Amino acid sequence: MNYNIIHRTIYEYTAPVTVSHHVARLEPRATATQTQEQFSLKIFPEPALRRGRTDYFGNKLCLFSVQKVHSHLEILTQSRVAVHLKNPPAYENPTAWDEAAKLFRDPVSPEVVEPYQFIFDSPMIRASLELSDYARESFGKDTPLIEGAKDLTRRIFTDFKYDPKATTIATPLEEVLQKRRGVCQDFAHLGIAFLRSLGLPARYVSGYLRTHPPEGKPRLVGADASHAWFSIFCPGTGWVDFDPTNNVQTGIDHITVAYGRDFGDVSPVAGILTGGGQHVVKVSVDVEAV
Amino acid sequence: MFQSQSQSATSAASDLKPVAPAGLLSGYKPVGGLFDEWLAADGSPRGHYAKLLGTLGEFSAAEMEQHAETCRRLIHEQGITYNVYGDPRGMERPWQMDPIPLVIAPDEWRKLEIGLIQRATLLNKILADCYGNQDLIRSRWLSPALVFAQPDFLRPCHNIRQPNGNFLHFYAADLARSPDGQWWVVSDRTQIPTGAGYALANRLITSRLLPEPFRDNHVQRLAGFFRTAQNTLAQLAPRPSENTRVVMLTPGPHNETYFEQSYLARYLGYMLVEGQDLTVRDNHVWLKTLSGLERVDVILRRVDEDFCDPLELRNDSMLGVPGLVEAVRAGNVTVANALGSGLLQSPAFLSFLPGLCRHLLGEELKLPSVATWWCGQKSAQKHVLEHLDKLIVKPAFRAFSYNANVEKLFSHAQRDELKRRIEFDPDLFAAQERVQFSTAPSWDKGAIVPRPVELRVYLVANGDGFCVMPGGLTRVSPDSSQHFTSLQRGGSSKDTWVTSETPVEEITLLQSSQQNVELRRTGNNLPSRLADNFFWLGRYSERADATARLLRSALLRFNPERTGSALALLAPLLQTLQTQGQLSEVLEHAALCRNAEAFEAELLGAIFDAAHAGSLREIVDHLQRLAMFVRDRTSNDMWRVISSLNDRLALPTNNSVLLVGDAVVTLNETLLGLAAFHGLARENMTRAQAWRFLDMGLRLERAIYLGTLLDATLQSPEADNPSVLEAVLDVADSSITYRSRYTLLPHIPAVFDLVLLDDKNPRSVLFQIEQLIQHFSHLPLERDADLPESGKNILQECRNRLIKTDTRELASLKNNWHASLVGEVIQATLADLPKISDAIAAAYFAHSTISRTGRENA
Repeated sequence: MNYNIIHRTIYEYTAPVTVSHHVARLEPRATATQTQEQFSLKIFPEPALRRGRTDYFGNKLCLFSVQKVHSHLEILTQSRVAVHLKNPPAYENPTAWDEAAKLFRDPVSPEVVEPYQFIFDSPMIRASLELSDYARESFGKDTPLIEGAKDLTRRIFTDFKYDPKATTIATPLEEVLQKRRGVCQDFAHLGIAFLRSLGLPARYVSGYLRTHPPEGKPRLVGADASHAWFSIFCPGTGWVDFDPTNNVQTGIDHITVAYGRDFGDVSPVAGILTGGGQHVVKVSVDVEAV
Repeated sequence: MFQSQSQSATSAASDLKPVAPAGLLSGYKPVGGLFDEWLAADGSPRGHYAKLLGTLGEFSAAEMEQHAETCRRLIHEQGITYNVYGDPRGMERPWQMDPIPLVIAPDEWRKLEIGLIQRATLLNKILADCYGNQDLIRSRWLSPALVFAQPDFLRPCHNIRQPNGNFLHFYAADLARSPDGQWWVVSDRTQIPTGAGYALANRLITSRLLPEPFRDNHVQRLAGFFRTAQNTLAQLAPRPSENTRVVMLTPGPHNETYFEQSYLARYLGYMLVEGQDLTVRDNHVWLKTLSGLERVDVILRRVDEDFCDPLELRNDSMLGVPGLVEAVRAGNVTVANALGSGLLQSPAFLSFLPGLCRHLLGEELKLPSVATWWCGQKSAQKHVLEHLDKLIVKPAFRAFSYNANVEKLFSHAQRDELKRRIEFDPDLFAAQERVQFSTAPSWDKGAIVPRPVELRVYLVANGDGFCVMPGGLTRVSPDSSQHFTSLQRGGSSKDTWVTSETPVEEITLLQSSQQNVELRRTGNNLPSRLADNFFWLGRYSERADATARLLRSALLRFNPERTGSALALLAPLLQTLQTQGQLSEVLEHAALCRNAEAFEAELLGAIFDAAHAGSLREIVDHLQRLAMFVRDRTSNDMWRVISSLNDRLALPTNNSVLLVGDAVVTLNETLLGLAAFHGLARENMTRAQAWRFLDMGLRLERAIYLGTLLDATLQSPEADNPSVLEAVLDVADSSITYRSRYTLLPHIPAVFDLVLLDDKNPRSVLFQIEQLIQHFSHLPLERDADLPESGKNILQECRNRLIKTDTRELASLKNNWHASLVGEVIQATLADLPKISDAIAAAYFAHSTISRTGRENA
């Protein structure tokens, strides 16, 4: 499936900004099931400086600085991505979860160092015994890793309510756990925290989800949004993605942009401003199948 | 080279006749089972202590106590402090120092040096690998969890190249000596090795306190170490330049070692800056000064690495410089120590060092670490769980911020809970053997006694190697319990003397006069934040002066025995104090007569009560805080004067015995202190921007107080009463001038002419305005040409208004003085003065606030 994605982020500031520095992670990376064919990033006003770089996890990022006084900033990306059918055998990998976890106990083989990095606490996610207790209900003795992850995805979907008003990007995981409410970012963090608490590596994926309009209705341009889910390392297969917000394993509707330990590693746009007062942000995403 | 020296060296000190315990030393008994730095196990004294203890041994207890007292006084005078977080009694604590130094023999020191240099070299190589190819992980020399689980492994800093491959420009190690005499490393300080400045401060004190033993022992000097540090930092500059700008980045005056930061910045000749003083433009770092941006080449960092850049590191940091990491990555600025060097501060690394040393350097580790087990290794975890009672369990890594209070777990000693946590997340725990410290002679409560000591030593990168500071910061445990909780809880420090066989060379940090010097008449440009602080320093110093004068006049004129009519004469003074916030309310005339005692208490409260907003004590507190902010830009004398002001106003223990007479004495002393401060400012500060802003603050504040007093006088129905006018002259310090000019009793037009309009009188309102106009004409205009102009215009108007005023008008009035033309001019001037302050702030101090944008998420 080929996609044309337009992602527009607009900041309106109540006071003039004299200098701003930003990091954008908006360029879809290549994965085993996805190729990026085209990408453009436009910024208004034109930044004084703009540098591209690959981060520690291999994500493409763009650092830019706007040095003239402005009270409006617009970031517009256009991506063309081809998503190939996910490989079905991944879901039939019979490896038991406890076998997989054993790989990551001392001494850890240098061969699995890459996934191993995603097993540790990260700034926004901290493993705990409580989290591990919750997760264990999905991971009985000898449960295949993939089956356990599927069940965990389902439980997050049913036990937690989608509620955009309940949390912000700063809400700690403990609070999400207590309130049982949140958005895709929180659910992805939850899944990762559960898996890490069991001693399994898991990572955070940011991207887009193609939405299907209701039967007989036209597709609304710009009504899509950026999305997030989690990914689990399955020995022998590699990383397998699950979307707890929609209770699905990711398929051709999911387009990956970046991955990292948690949201903090892949935040699509982050900025530090001098001046600016209050700001309002407007985001519109359009995922068009072509 | 070091080795050949140490082989040929025979300690000159050990040839000396050792000192037999006598006098103050006769009661000295080493703690059984511990190494004592002075007495060997058989009770025989070690030679290298002979000269020092030979001197001290002859002292009487009283003489020794006098020494300790001098030591405390020097610390107080120089304002050597240590900040204690979250202490309601105020943060600043005087630095604690034991007057008896720790002495280390030269041959022993050489061995330590070799071990330390090897260790620093090794740590630097490990850092280079972790932030580069990570071969050590791939080849199993390092457990991956040790790097990846650490909050201090800064992923954005991975693959940033360091000049000369140097990550560790400064390094410190905490050392302890075990009963067999072996030195052990307790911990490595690789992030921000603090304390070298305190070691220097201690040295300046002991060299004054014990000049003879200091000279006779050939104590090695510390200055050479700091000179090497200067050279090392200068060479880190990305562009070769004559005028490399090195700045020291501080988290601010509330940091626990702020004193040390300002002390070192001044000693090394660097500007002390906060994150908000710097900005990144065009991928370079710049200093914001009054006349524009100036390029920064090297940042000596005292801000924790993860707080250094809110853009790429911790985004909740208010201490950093947005865009710094990218500027470093581009090679446009160098940060020392390198961002990410804190990685090796984890105790978990200690157990890997012997293997890594063999692997990376092909040598055995010369200076061993205290036995440490990191639970991330299965065998170590087993050992720790089996020996929990004998070991000290520590967090292996600095916790993620929200994961604080892990330490509670250790102190609350819930063994089972701890066990469960270790088993659940073993990577996060390490355990160490209990360290045994050696003891050294220390002065404590009238006796020389053995006290446990821990030694922190300092290294600085020097070309391809490292240079060790010959000395260090010795920490002393307050009792023999061997706990070094921290200097925050009663611990003390010692100077550390590394002696030499031969006389030592004097070293100065100043560059040799052989070099060509480019003559300069202006100093470094003043950062805007400092200009702000100087301005307010000026304002508060004058506020203190005016308040003290008003209160003194009021107290001297207040007599509870006298009848009500005399009290009315105080009205203008009290009104002024009320308008300016020193008195909460002016008692009604009638109430005043009834309750003289309450009124007296109110006046005394306005002097001494620190909790009373606007009191003299509070103003002086504020003044001292401002002085601390500009500590690295003012002389020691200025600091001393201000801190003694505060001492004087500290309340005598019992409030009730305070007499009006005592209060007047205190006010007199305070005024003398302030005169000394203003005299130092006037005579000792170059006429550069710092002085200019200080003086502008002073002039503005003086104009405000004088204006308010004159206004209050005109409001009084007794404005022409010679007693009232006498008080005005007194407050304006113009009585002598008045008497020399007029042989009359104070007469209203003459007094107002002298205090309002006489441009030769440095205590007149017009004089202040003229001075401010002068200052404005010297201010840089580059910022926003508009703003200073508006301030200048206001001042010109004030001046024109005053010049045209004629006070003879007042002579013809019998009452309603306030409505006179003179009264209107005074009121208009008073309305204009705050606008001038605002104009200055807007033009020069606008610290643009930074904010961050996150992003709403689906």
